[in-house]
Amino acid sequence: MAAKIHIERLSAWYGAKKAIEDITMDFEEHEVTAIIGPSGCGKSTLIRCLNRMHETIPKARAEGKVLLDEEDVYQLPAVSVRRRIGMVFQKANPFPTMSIYDNVAAGLRLNGERNRDKLDAAVLKSLKAAALWDEVKDSLDKSGASLSGGQQQRLCIARALAVEPEVLLMDEPCSALDPIATAKIEDLIFDLKTQYTVVIVTHNMQQAARVADKTAFLYLGKLIEVNRTRDLFERPAEELTEKYITGRFG
Amino acid sequence: MKLALPFTLPPLRFDREGRRLWKDLAMTAAAFVCVVIALIPLGSILIEAGIRGIQAITPNLFLFDTAYGGIGNAIQGTLILIALSSVIALPIGILTGIYLSEFGKGRVGDGVRFFVDVLTQVPSIVVGIFVYSLFLTLALAGLMSTRSVFTTITGVIALTTIMIPFVARTSEESLRLVPVSTREAALALGIPRYRSILRVVLPSGVSGLVTGALLGVARVAGETAPLLMTAYGSFYGFSGLDQPIESLPHTIYTFALDGSPARLQAAWGASLVLVLIMLVISIVSRAIVHFRSVSE
Repeated sequence: MAAKIHIERLSAWYGAKKAIEDITMDFEEHEVTAIIGPSGCGKSTLIRCLNRMHETIPKARAEGKVLLDEEDVYQLPAVSVRRRIGMVFQKANPFPTMSIYDNVAAGLRLNGERNRDKLDAAVLKSLKAAALWDEVKDSLDKSGASLSGGQQQRLCIARALAVEPEVLLMDEPCSALDPIATAKIEDLIFDLKTQYTVVIVTHNMQQAARVADKTAFLYLGKLIEVNRTRDLFERPAEELTEKYITGRFG
Repeated sequence: MKLALPFTLPPLRFDREGRRLWKDLAMTAAAFVCVVIALIPLGSILIEAGIRGIQAITPNLFLFDTAYGGIGNAIQGTLILIALSSVIALPIGILTGIYLSEFGKGRVGDGVRFFVDVLTQVPSIVVGIFVYSLFLTLALAGLMSTRSVFTTITGVIALTTIMIPFVARTSEESLRLVPVSTREAALALGIPRYRSILRVVLPSGVSGLVTGALLGVARVAGETAPLLMTAYGSFYGFSGLDQPIESLPHTIYTFALDGSPARLQAAWGASLVLVLIMLVISIVSRAIVHFRSVSE
């Protein structure tokens, strides 16, 4: 079976600065792929190239191929790519002027969905999928900004799920959260992969080991090694990977 | 509740810690004194306008036109000038602000921004003489009557010229305060750029936009200089867009220099009314923004 996302010889720049170089790898359907590596190694840049968010930064550009179900995303309209590949950011970013309900419904509503029943159903389903429903079901009209940090991040996950993407990109989704909130999100990622293909960027190796089926190690913009998570952590093929996962640098 | 007095004296010690506490006290006191100094003129203007203005406030002040010592036509004129200028300048100014903040990244954007910056710093009397000369030239060329130089229309054009760059700049600043993360959240949902600007960025920056619009209105509501050469002034009520029109600042100017104590008092009444008009516009628009946003 072909991979859900296949990238080939992908490089990306910010102005003259090269952030990732010549990366080729696969992201399998219904699996969690983790991308690890020290700060500034290009982890975020890599996943931002997948849903074409990289190019929203002035002077940023990318070269190479990103195939989603064997279609080149750079040949498709960016909006439709982003609807199929959802994204959750490092810092929870609910829309500040919108209620919890409106936040989750935003993706559908701003893409033209007006049917109240459909919106209600999507909000219910997404909040349940993001394991947030029980905590907010009585306060759907409250501001999204009134929630705690961990709840806000799950709200952002619900918002991303509401447009029914095929792939969910998560850019260090737990880095601003406490261990309990982190555990909740990790459980959630485990459930999500039955329906979605998940790509998670993390600088927490334990997290990668806990949630990911496959792990890729990036260093200075290059893909050093990618393998089944267990193999990568127990039998790293590259010396650099071993040094990193044993904490000798990074 | 313990009051956070800035004046609790630190212990009389001059070791490292003691010096730090005394320095802290000195800086706090200096900041406090500066606030008071800054507030003195503001407070005295409001109190003076309040006390003197209230004495002038009688039914006749509002019922009569300036020809008879009242300010009825001036209030009407100012409201008309503000309304017409706002209807033209706010949409243009806000759209320019959106352009500058969302699209104006390259050379063209920098050029427009520089131009707008220069325009906001042009003294209002220069705008006045420009509009005046423009219409005078057109009139002398036979394209219109010389009477069309001093009209409501030229007054509105002058005020609009002052207002647009001001509103554009404040709109740009308030939209730039909307974090990148909020914009990215919208784009990552597959929402087209124009719709994410209209439905996410603008609502997030709306309180700044309203404040900027209000400051723009306030700025032109108090303008006298450009109106002297355009709307000119009138002893009677509004009589057409192609006729001169009275405004509160012009009334204050002419009444205050009139020499009669009664007119001077009426000038204070006009000042108070002008301040109150701004206060009402400010409160009403803030209330609208407040009730439209979701509960925290």
